[in-house]
Amino acid sequence: MNSLDFTIVLQAWPYLWSGLLFSLALTAAAFLIGMILGTGFALVQHFEIRVLNQIVRGYITLIRSIPLILVLFWFFFLVPIVLGHLSGNGRPIPIGATYTAFITFGLFEAAYYSEIIRVGLRAVNRGQFEACQALALSSFDTYRHVILPQVFRVASPIILSQTIILFQDTSLVYVLSLTDLLGAASKLAQLNGRLVEMYLTVAVIYIVISSAASQCVATLRRRYALTGAHR
Amino acid sequence: MFRVLFEQTADGQLYIDWLLSGLGWTLALAFFGWWIAFAVGVVVGIGRSVQNRLAAALARLYVEVFRNIPVLVQMFLWYFVLPEILPSSLGNAIKQMPPPWGMFFPALLCLGLYTAARIAEQVRAGIEALPKGQIEAANALGLSGYLTYRHVVVPQALRLIVPSLTSEVMGIYKNTSVALTIGLMELTAQARQISEATFQTFTAFGAATLIYLALALIAYQTMMFIDKAVRIPGTALVKDITGAELMEEPKGVDRLPVVMEAAQ
Repeated sequence: MNSLDFTIVLQAWPYLWSGLLFSLALTAAAFLIGMILGTGFALVQHFEIRVLNQIVRGYITLIRSIPLILVLFWFFFLVPIVLGHLSGNGRPIPIGATYTAFITFGLFEAAYYSEIIRVGLRAVNRGQFEACQALALSSFDTYRHVILPQVFRVASPIILSQTIILFQDTSLVYVLSLTDLLGAASKLAQLNGRLVEMYLTVAVIYIVISSAASQCVATLRRRYALTGAHR
Repeated sequence: MFRVLFEQTADGQLYIDWLLSGLGWTLALAFFGWWIAFAVGVVVGIGRSVQNRLAAALARLYVEVFRNIPVLVQMFLWYFVLPEILPSSLGNAIKQMPPPWGMFFPALLCLGLYTAARIAEQVRAGIEALPKGQIEAANALGLSGYLTYRHVVVPQALRLIVPSLTSEVMGIYKNTSVALTIGLMELTAQARQISEATFQTFTAFGAATLIYLALALIAYQTMMFIDKAVRIPGTALVKDITGAELMEEPKGVDRLPVVMEAAQ
């Protein structure tokens, strides 16, 4: 057993830090894109809009049935082609692994967030809709001001738990050779041969961030439970 | 579209043989990994629920560690780090395992123990969902703590959580693809290899996608069948696959409507 030397980690810290920042940026972007698209998907299903509804359901089932790594490969291959078609000249436009990762994670997470929001929408009491009608709110205003805020509020612990999973899943961009936290550690490990120190450090960083975030979610959940109990 | 799969590879096989061998590794990982996960998960989940402080703390620690490290990082820990920190004779023995097995066993342990942490949380939720009266009745009948768990608590809890275990089954077969990062040629890896050899990316990934879809369908139907067979009459849990899948903490969705009403 070789002796461990964690001073190597201190030297590597700036690089690891930039990797961590990339992981966090990817998480944030995927969260934003995923929530916006996911809400859209959920509403399409909620209103049972013809054709669109079937397409969205098919998309969600597909995305949730295949591994994220395969989804990454798919998008890495498809996105340039699709963009080429959209731009009109039909030639694939290479946009690089970074943008592919952002697009992929956004579209992938949309499938998961939309399921959460869809369940939330189903759970809203009918009386809420009737009250809005009684107040003569338009259907847009009903969802914008009454229904969706409640759905987000109540589903927020689940949405946040999903986001913690998303943060962990971003490590899979390793297969696109991107430099996220794990990517940074693995590149350094290949240079200096210090696999053990590098990967243990990464594991500890992930544990600290994920469990701190889980604790926050648990606190949030308890607080909601309390409000409910007092009403 | 799939004609290319029946062409000869450089090593004299057909491309579809590559795909099928990948499927074999994927299934082996998912199947054996599942039983490791289930065995460990039930034990840890029981540990989470018992009065013994030490056992509860250890079980909690297990769940925190295995749930909060990304599965890819865990894969690297098992494959790269473990042989280095073991005594060198044992570490070298591990490193000298012949190729597919040298990757298969770390991947199997990784997936099994990772999924176990998630199953443990489901088991704990199932145990907590049981009415208190069940345990009190067992006490009144003079059952010991062990017998109470063995004959009253655990069997009922397991029957309750079948729907939420569905998402863990789906999770483990999807996570088998992470094994490609340590060089195991499972389904996704084979699809990529075929795409690189033939430039028929659409076909290669499409075939893999269809296989994964079929596996998802089979896994889902099997779990629904088991649920129907063992469900405790009168318990209506979230049957919806999506509802089950939502759950990091399994209680959330059941509680969602209640909280929703409370918030009004």
